[in-house]
Amino acid sequence: MTIRRYLRLLPLVPSILLLLLFLLAPVLWSFYASFTDASLSGKAARNPEWVGIDNYARMFSDGSFPLAAWLTVVFVAASAVLGQNVLGLLIALLMTRSRRVVSSLVGTAVVAAWVLPEIVAAFAAYAYFNRDGTLNQMLGIVGGQGPDWLYSFPLVAIVLANTWRGTAFSMLVYRAALADVPRDISEAALVDGARGWQRLAFITLPLIRSSIATNLMLITLQTLAVFTLIWVMTAGGPANASTTLPVLAYQEAFKFGDIGYGTAVASVLILLGMVFGAVYVRLLREERP
Amino acid sequence: MTTSRLRAPLGTESTTAGGSSRSRARLGANIALAVIGMSFVAPLLWLLLAAVDPEAGYQTKVPSTPSMDNFRAVMTPELLFQPLANSLMLSAGTAVVNVLAAVLAAYPLSRYQSRFNKPFMYTVLFGTSLPVTAIMVPVYGLFVQLQFLDSMAATIFFMATTTLPMAIWMTKNFMDSVPLELEEAAWVDGASTMAALRRIVLPLMRQGLGVVFIFVFIQAWGNFFVPFILLLSTGKQPAAVSIFSFFGQHGAIAYGQLAAFSILYSVPVLVLYALVSRGMGNSFALSGAMKG
Repeated sequence: MTIRRYLRLLPLVPSILLLLLFLLAPVLWSFYASFTDASLSGKAARNPEWVGIDNYARMFSDGSFPLAAWLTVVFVAASAVLGQNVLGLLIALLMTRSRRVVSSLVGTAVVAAWVLPEIVAAFAAYAYFNRDGTLNQMLGIVGGQGPDWLYSFPLVAIVLANTWRGTAFSMLVYRAALADVPRDISEAALVDGARGWQRLAFITLPLIRSSIATNLMLITLQTLAVFTLIWVMTAGGPANASTTLPVLAYQEAFKFGDIGYGTAVASVLILLGMVFGAVYVRLLREERP
Repeated sequence: MTTSRLRAPLGTESTTAGGSSRSRARLGANIALAVIGMSFVAPLLWLLLAAVDPEAGYQTKVPSTPSMDNFRAVMTPELLFQPLANSLMLSAGTAVVNVLAAVLAAYPLSRYQSRFNKPFMYTVLFGTSLPVTAIMVPVYGLFVQLQFLDSMAATIFFMATTTLPMAIWMTKNFMDSVPLELEEAAWVDGASTMAALRRIVLPLMRQGLGVVFIFVFIQAWGNFFVPFILLLSTGKQPAAVSIFSFFGQHGAIAYGQLAAFSILYSVPVLVLYALVSRGMGNSFALSGAMKG
């Protein structure tokens, strides 16, 4: 009988094999290689040597890692937690009280930026923030003179671009959540004389708090991994001013050929992802006992 | 985009508590949304205008002599059709592998109660949180070791794995909604488990499978980083990577052609997304993650 029970699990095998080979193995290898001097070419490519915590020690003494870690925190906080999350909620709230035509047109515009292939969105953002680009042209019309965004304010540019690209996700999450808020509760509050912002703060937001938490987790993870947008817009520059952890890991490993150090940086990212992932799984479990 | 689900509360609200302050709030909401909508469209203007402008640069301007020259210039086998065919092969391959593996995995998870189910589902969910950009360095190392580098098939399997956790969750949810009684009837008639899955369960959830397929397809179609790292020869690169050829070997950028190519490359996913969001409501992509 027990054999039959194990046979039933047989269809899981292909998925498990794929996940072990292509997800778990790279993660384990990453942790291992971060303790070696593995490189793309040369002697260390064939026989990498164990160097202990050298890579990690170098990470904290080398100026580029602390900066990249800090830029990553700012990038995620500003473009995901503040930008996408707040703007997405705002759009969803406005949609509940706007005309149908307006909300569906705006919804399409917001989603378009999200559905476009990453690289196309990145090119569009590059052109938009360029010195002679659309943004500065628009500023010129109202009499202002914009800076060279990608050069003078690269972090601002990528934060805005990522907000533009990713807000649709939060908007969709919050539209679904708001649609599930029972009508009679907010009507009762309306009868009791609650003002708009009071209903929002004391009724609507508490009712959708699990959606807020889940959304924050997911967009944090997505934003943590953003590479293409930054790479196309600024390539991490100028002078590392927009080098986040994924860009740093890529540069160290592939541009400078230092796989050991690159994987050390990547390992930090993986650990960060794991922490957020654990919180996310926790959140979903509590929701459904 | 369907908005039907959101209409009910709003409609009632405005009829029960009508009045001028309400309609003023509504006007304010419309204006605020219109402004937001326009700022979301603005970065796309350049793409649309430059594509039909033979003298396009990074400035956004209405072309003085609009023409389809840029489209004509990129519509060659090497520039457009080969990369698009590669994209199609990568994305379709990824989606097929994904749906096959996800259906097989979802079946025992959906049909048999086991202590093992929940931990497995949550471990899989945990897997979705790995930043793919972070594991590209080790994956590159793995591909070198196994001599998978520049292999279309291996790239397909890797891309399928990165979207597999989400696909398993979505497929299981869709499968849970097919009643078990129908299969039991088939078993009584002597059908094997796999035959019942193929003939009874899958046809009933084909719309859900379509959603998973398209969802994975769209993600793979837009994926730049993975093929950029894992596929080396130009002949195998998908459109996401070959787009760089417009930057030119000598520093000259063919802006108009870049824009035209971008549009042609984006159209398939825009169409697929419209198809799915029309059929399934616009939160389709979230049904896997959010509803659990």
